Amino acid sequence: MTKNLPLTRRNLLKGVVAASALPMILNAPYAQAQAAKRGGTLTIVSWPAPTYLNSGITTSGPETLLGGKMFDGLVDYDIGYVPAPALAESWDISEDGLTITFHLRAGVKWHDGEPFTSEDVAFTIMEILKVHHGRGRSTFANVTEVRTPDELTATLVLSAPAPALMKALNASESPMMPAHIYAGADIMENPANTAPIGTGAYRLAEYNRGESIVMEANPDYWDEGKPHIDKLVVRYVADGSTRAAMLETGEADLIASSLIPPIEILRLGAMPEFEVTQRGYEVSSSMHLMDFNLRHEILGNKLVRQAFAHFIDRDWITQNIWFGFGQTATGPMPPAQGDLYTAEGVPAYPYDLERAEALLDEAGYPRGDNGIRFSLFIDPLPYGEEPLRASEYIKQQAAEVGIELAIRTADMGGFVKRIYGDQDFDISTFTGSAGIDPTIGVHRFYWSKNIRPGVSFSNGSGYSNPEVDALLEQATVEIDPEKRAELYHTFQRLVMEDVPTLPLTATERVTIARIAVKDHTPRAIGPFGTLADVWLDR
Amino acid sequence: MADAAVPRPAADRLRPALRFLGRRLLQALIVMLLVVLLNFSVLQLAPGDMISVLSGSSDMTAEQMVSLRAQYGLDQPWLARLGIYLFNLAQFDLGYSFRNAAPVATVIAERFPTTLILVVASVIVSLTVGTLMGVVAARRAGSLADLVLLAVALVFYATPSFVIAIVLILTFGVTLGWLPIGGLVTVGAGLTGWAWLADLVAHLILPVIALCTFYVAIYARLARASMLEVSSLDYVRTARAKGVPEWRVVYVHALRNALLPLVTMAGLQVSSLIGGAILVETVFGLPGMGRTAYDAIFERDTNLLLGVMFVSALCVVLVSLVVDLLYVLLDPRVSLE
Repeated sequence: MTKNLPLTRRNLLKGVVAASALPMILNAPYAQAQAAKRGGTLTIVSWPAPTYLNSGITTSGPETLLGGKMFDGLVDYDIGYVPAPALAESWDISEDGLTITFHLRAGVKWHDGEPFTSEDVAFTIMEILKVHHGRGRSTFANVTEVRTPDELTATLVLSAPAPALMKALNASESPMMPAHIYAGADIMENPANTAPIGTGAYRLAEYNRGESIVMEANPDYWDEGKPHIDKLVVRYVADGSTRAAMLETGEADLIASSLIPPIEILRLGAMPEFEVTQRGYEVSSSMHLMDFNLRHEILGNKLVRQAFAHFIDRDWITQNIWFGFGQTATGPMPPAQGDLYTAEGVPAYPYDLERAEALLDEAGYPRGDNGIRFSLFIDPLPYGEEPLRASEYIKQQAAEVGIELAIRTADMGGFVKRIYGDQDFDISTFTGSAGIDPTIGVHRFYWSKNIRPGVSFSNGSGYSNPEVDALLEQATVEIDPEKRAELYHTFQRLVMEDVPTLPLTATERVTIARIAVKDHTPRAIGPFGTLADVWLDR
Repeated sequence: MADAAVPRPAADRLRPALRFLGRRLLQALIVMLLVVLLNFSVLQLAPGDMISVLSGSSDMTAEQMVSLRAQYGLDQPWLARLGIYLFNLAQFDLGYSFRNAAPVATVIAERFPTTLILVVASVIVSLTVGTLMGVVAARRAGSLADLVLLAVALVFYATPSFVIAIVLILTFGVTLGWLPIGGLVTVGAGLTGWAWLADLVAHLILPVIALCTFYVAIYARLARASMLEVSSLDYVRTARAKGVPEWRVVYVHALRNALLPLVTMAGLQVSSLIGGAILVETVFGLPGMGRTAYDAIFERDTNLLLGVMFVSALCVVLVSLVVDLLYVLLDPRVSLE
């Protein structure tokens, strides 16, 4: 398939990606030293619109984008994911990892003028994040108590070490919420969920449900001199091409999270008025994965799954379906997970049709008289174009080795019910956020205790390997970084031997902005962070 | 015709009108009930519920899903939920949209004005332009002008509105930079008075053109055909014989009769645009009723979808009533009986 490619638009684009887009992205100029100018309105265009205006009670994307603007976290993260002071000025972690003490910043005020204290930290963690936040439940699972010896000290008491916790304290992941607004009433029903009171750099000025949000600079923000802009506007527009056109005409200044068609990113990125950067997404690296339903007689056979790994050219998918915005996956974890990631000693399954055919023969599924070995369904994730395009490619590749795949499409409700509710599927594809730590985004797909009917993006393949379970459970509480990395390296080797799930691409998202927009990504988290540093060079 | 002109006592004329309205009200109630039943049942057939969709876009534990289903009453059998919905509806309570964290009535009240502006502007513009094109073409039937107008109408008729929308965006938004392309107003600009109105009109031009082209074509062809038909009738010849000026013959005598099929079509246009402008609403980032219903289907937001359908159906019923009344006004041969 990869040979003798006809001269199509896509193949031409492939050349464009290789020749211009990637160097452009890697060398994206980044202004840091210039003095910030004051004033102006920054307009972001996004989709879909949020339900709530805080990210403490949901992990949904639209809320995550807004979370850090009106709220703060205990810490923020510098490049390289190094914790940096935010609402907490400093912190001590005990040697056994069982107590974490945060020393809070003095003089911080909520948007309604009330002081921010350790009570707010205790309430947010114990009553909001641990109960209502989809990931907070696991992040803070080991936190049994938050002690508040004085107004500016909050001590987390843990039943077991939680090495992932210190990576999940930024504003969009774990926003600190006001106890005086939320205590004593139903959290999910609180009117403040759509009229937020935070400590963040911006205050809500105007909310047009489903259409737009206008935020204004918080004059009492604790980080003096910030924010630099007067207004921050987020508009919601359903059509990707219109979003791109709005950026081009100047109706919008910034688009986060690759929310325009890849071809538009390449086209606009090549223009001098725009800057494209992949920075700012290390916290939210995602993988596009393919689940085999191990309950299925044919797919329960490891040799068949390994054959799939051989006949799918994952490089081709990365370059052509994702237009080069990603890295070919080597295992269950993305390279963004740093030292915990490895490709060493991990079975690689190079693209090899003959090897795939041999494995299928060996598995006991020879080609029939019509050349077909067996037929299966593939259910691509109904989100964006790419999953469907990838499954079309996989279908063609499968045909090369005598497997007949039928693509079945549904909407999200139907997909979730079929794959995770009824488990009535053969192969599914989906994109999972891998999180900054594997405990947040990777364990769920492989840990046998997470085979939970009805729960979306749980262990959908039904994979159960006691050895893998043991590794994951140890890694959850291991505080020695080297030992922890070793556990994950072994995990990656084991899982790629069994291939219950075939990782296809570690997708990379980009921010595309007008060059007048400066310092939107000074730290590890880009537009999904606080945007307190952003300024306009106009 | 002579009979209709004979004056009758007022009470006699009022009674059929009341009977007519009563009958229409009963019909409307039946239609509304059917709309609710049908939409409710169709959504039941769709796989997965609101919580499955929600869990597809955010992390959720099994316990959270169970408690949310209980909170929203999704664990009840569907007949019980239908009963509760109808009971609330009878008290004009459209329920709560969980996706929008707001009552359905609030969401609709926010979205309806967008749709209303689009519909009213499109109907006025397309009816005026289409009728004029048709009349001009009819007066010069067979001429080059007629051919050109027919050809233009054919192109308008055959081009889908979203294609026109994209061409308009690329031409007037991106290339020329004359007009804004997203939303109804400049967000965050805080405009008031005339500046606000000018801003609104500038935002409306492209979407209204995109919504109009198809209907302009239909009105032009309808007006042309019906003008040609009417022009050969006796009363037009009589008017000419009386020495009525030509413009008056065309625009007063002939056009009034030729308008009837156009009024029918305008009623249909209003009805279809109220819920059916999804593509144009999507392309121009205008969250109106169509886009709201569309999103509600995918999010399995039953309350919101039923609410939008209910209000849309109500509008359609009202519009067809208005169309019937317009008939009576335009054509003395038609009465409410």
